[in-house]
Amino acid sequence: MKSVGTYIPHTDDEVASMLAFLGLSTIDELFDAVPEALRLQRGLELADGAGEPDVLAHMGAYADLNLARNDRLLCFAGGGAYDHEIPAVTKALAGRSEFVTSYTPYQPEVAQGVLQAVFEFQTLIARLFGLPVANASLYDGASATVEAVNLGVAASGRNTVWVSEGIHPHWRQMLATCAAGTGHRLRTVNLVDGVTVWPRVEVPSDDQPGVLLVGYPNYLGCLEDIPAARAVCDDTGALLVVATDPVSLGLLKSPGKSGADVVVGEGQMFGTDLGFGGPYLGLFACAQSHVRRLPGRLVGETVDVEGRRAYVTTLRAREQDIRREKATSNVCTNQTLMAVTAAIQLGWLGTAGLAELALRCARATRYTRDALVAIGGVTAYADAPVVREFAVRTPIPADTVVERMADAGFLAGIPLGDQFNQGEHGLLIAVTERRTRDEIDAYVTAFAKAVA
Amino acid sequence: MTGTNPLNGPAAPGGKATSAPLLGRDTEPTLFELSHPGRRAWSFRTTGIPELNIEELLPAEHVRSEPVPLAEVSERDLVAHFTRLSHRQFSVDLGAYPLGSCTMKYNPKVCDAVAALPGLAGVHPAAPASLTQGWLALMVEVEETLCEITGMAAATLQPAAGASGELTGLLLMRAWHQAQGAPRHKVIIPDSSHGTNPASVTLGGYEVVTVPSDARGCVDMEALASVLDEDVAGIMLTNPNTLGLFEEDIAEIAAAVHKVGGLLYYDGANLNAILGVVRPGDMGFDIVHMNLHKTFATPHGGGGPGAGPVAVSERLVPYLPGPRPERVEDGAEGKPTYRWFTPERSIGRMHSWHGNTLVLARALAYILVNGGDGLQKVAEIAVLNANWIRQRLSGTFDVPFDRQCMHEVVLSSRNLKQAHGVRALDIAKRLLEEGFHSPTVYFPLIVEEALMIEPTETESPQTLEALAQALEQIAYEANALPTGSMTEAPRNTPVRRVDEARAARTLIPTFDARGEKQA
Repeated sequence: MKSVGTYIPHTDDEVASMLAFLGLSTIDELFDAVPEALRLQRGLELADGAGEPDVLAHMGAYADLNLARNDRLLCFAGGGAYDHEIPAVTKALAGRSEFVTSYTPYQPEVAQGVLQAVFEFQTLIARLFGLPVANASLYDGASATVEAVNLGVAASGRNTVWVSEGIHPHWRQMLATCAAGTGHRLRTVNLVDGVTVWPRVEVPSDDQPGVLLVGYPNYLGCLEDIPAARAVCDDTGALLVVATDPVSLGLLKSPGKSGADVVVGEGQMFGTDLGFGGPYLGLFACAQSHVRRLPGRLVGETVDVEGRRAYVTTLRAREQDIRREKATSNVCTNQTLMAVTAAIQLGWLGTAGLAELALRCARATRYTRDALVAIGGVTAYADAPVVREFAVRTPIPADTVVERMADAGFLAGIPLGDQFNQGEHGLLIAVTERRTRDEIDAYVTAFAKAVA
Repeated sequence: MTGTNPLNGPAAPGGKATSAPLLGRDTEPTLFELSHPGRRAWSFRTTGIPELNIEELLPAEHVRSEPVPLAEVSERDLVAHFTRLSHRQFSVDLGAYPLGSCTMKYNPKVCDAVAALPGLAGVHPAAPASLTQGWLALMVEVEETLCEITGMAAATLQPAAGASGELTGLLLMRAWHQAQGAPRHKVIIPDSSHGTNPASVTLGGYEVVTVPSDARGCVDMEALASVLDEDVAGIMLTNPNTLGLFEEDIAEIAAAVHKVGGLLYYDGANLNAILGVVRPGDMGFDIVHMNLHKTFATPHGGGGPGAGPVAVSERLVPYLPGPRPERVEDGAEGKPTYRWFTPERSIGRMHSWHGNTLVLARALAYILVNGGDGLQKVAEIAVLNANWIRQRLSGTFDVPFDRQCMHEVVLSSRNLKQAHGVRALDIAKRLLEEGFHSPTVYFPLIVEEALMIEPTETESPQTLEALAQALEQIAYEANALPTGSMTEAPRNTPVRRVDEARAARTLIPTFDARGEKQA
């Protein structure tokens, strides 16, 4: 007797026996409720099932076509996705199948592993961002930003949102996409020499913002003046949402301590593969006063009937399965495995390790930047201080630089395209702790040749 | 009371998780309690880069005065901590997980191997198309495959989960209606729908109109007709619906909604039931989201990551989010190339990058191993397993809609509640003691004391028998033992019944809040 399919245990005999128990003679009768006229009158036009080794080879062929893998091209690209060290210990622990193959902890008595790991994740993110409450994760940096703006509009009661141009262009695009549904009025506030210059506010005015959204560091790596943004919020009653780079916070003041009401960020850099962009990790923390507007899941500590410490998803009355159309958000499944991964990675880094990581990034970035701007025709985009990422103007189109540098073994950075008034000559460069002096020297040499 | 066991044998051991945990039920300290000043696990590359001081790198006003207090543990303690936590966690790999609506099927390990390929896992998402041809080609194959399975014209792979797919679909609906003149104001949802549907409708800028289910558990056609007008943007349905029943009138529903100019949205949560049998596109749907973590076996990750691609009919293709990957038959040596393009009337973007791409790769590997023929078998056995459970337990629990179901069955324990005060929640907790994950309880909302069981196709007949016997035993106890004894469960789990009310009343969302609440 053979089994029915690769991952289906039933033998043909068992299927026949089960059908007999149901008083049926063919499998087809199970689908009697499906009107004949609608049914697919042919098989799916897909290849027949293949052996696992064949499929691995097929997928491996795709993998081989990707020239930009980080073990072939040394990665100097960032923009919210960074080539950091992922230690073996993080891979091993985050790959444990109890974490990988469970689902949302609906039955907390048998889900304390995930629940406690997420509780620890929330604590780590709250400490990092300098705010008392962090949620159990959102999809990515863009979705966390959208949710933060939704919270800000609900809390302020005003739907005008001042969005710094220094927010990741993709995140701004997603904000605009979602605003078609929510009706938020987005107003982009431009950068001047790398940092946001907020308009003067006449209060009250029709254009009075309900939310200010700013990056720290911003997309171009520059450090914004958070106290200045806070002052605009104090004048207008707007909420301050800061989109941050969590690795940089190893050195920088936490935005929550500088007056942000909500802090969001991309958490990929804590143990998650570059993976061509997903799955990543949306980070979200807020002030205590906004906890009942928090989007997504939240784990809280409690006790069981014997008084032992236990964890459970809480403030569930915010969520869509209970509140339906009045929920604070539609987020249900989030990125829990990436949150658990981040908790493991932050545990591995620890207090001293995160500071060391950020310092190493800052040193490598300074070293690279100084060497690059010494090349004729290459200039710094701005003078504002940076931590781990910076933009330069290139004498030839940045796309061409990336193309030529790939031949030399480097992913040179991210061309800024038509953004930020660089006329195709802007290149965003990130340098992580993985890059050695020799690698950077080789990169700079190749860069000089590429733009010559 | 019990049906005849058709398998002529005892339930096999192995479907249950009764062998875990290894030892005792002590609580595990948090990372912060394990922390000891000066311990460390980290190590970095030797780089030779000049070691400037922080004062030389950054202006003082930006620099924090103290390091972020995380935790200080050794690698050995870190490993022990998270390994112990993993022992306090039920999972598909440990035992049967018949959580209705979630499709907790086995997650093949070959898909993990695919996701770990350095040529997929190590690629930066901003690398240009010329250097990422493999990823673009892979995504095009995913899109084409999903379109064949659903009977649609094109798809976006950006949405990161089902709810994100729903919002994407609603924004597509809005953009399409807007192009016809007005976005309209209302979206219809059955009362049996997932909670994400109405939440997404609100975010899409629409008002929710709920239609009731009829006595057979399907959309009440008269009620539907009474709310249909030219202000209805569309209807969101899942078919089979959340009662596990196929909406037999789907062609009539589609015709009625289309007649007033509305669009049909298909919630793909239950797609596993109909793979290769009937396609949403052929049923008349205009927009379809899929949950790759359900139907296509990508691991659920304790609550994500998922992936929620959205496929659409021809007329909605120009509105899809961008950029999208496409194949260009440029003829050079007959080899196609791939590039990004953004549809002319695109609604914009729904992800930081291109979607949960490594999840897409896993799903494609799963589909390729199964093949077109194998996917149909997946649906057939999923439906067979659910019906077997329905029949097997129909003398033990109420079956509110007692006819052939699809991939899941909704039972009701209202008889036990009325007679003995035993609730669905108690049954769920008691089942945990038997080594099974609980069914989904109290959903759909329209069934009293609902127990929603979705066995999936990957559980063997022996495991189903063991599950049925466990549920029979619980029903027997509810009838025979003193009222209230069931509320003691679970007794052998890492913690016992958890005080959820206290968690909400005295909110402790972080380790630091614990001290504040106790102080």
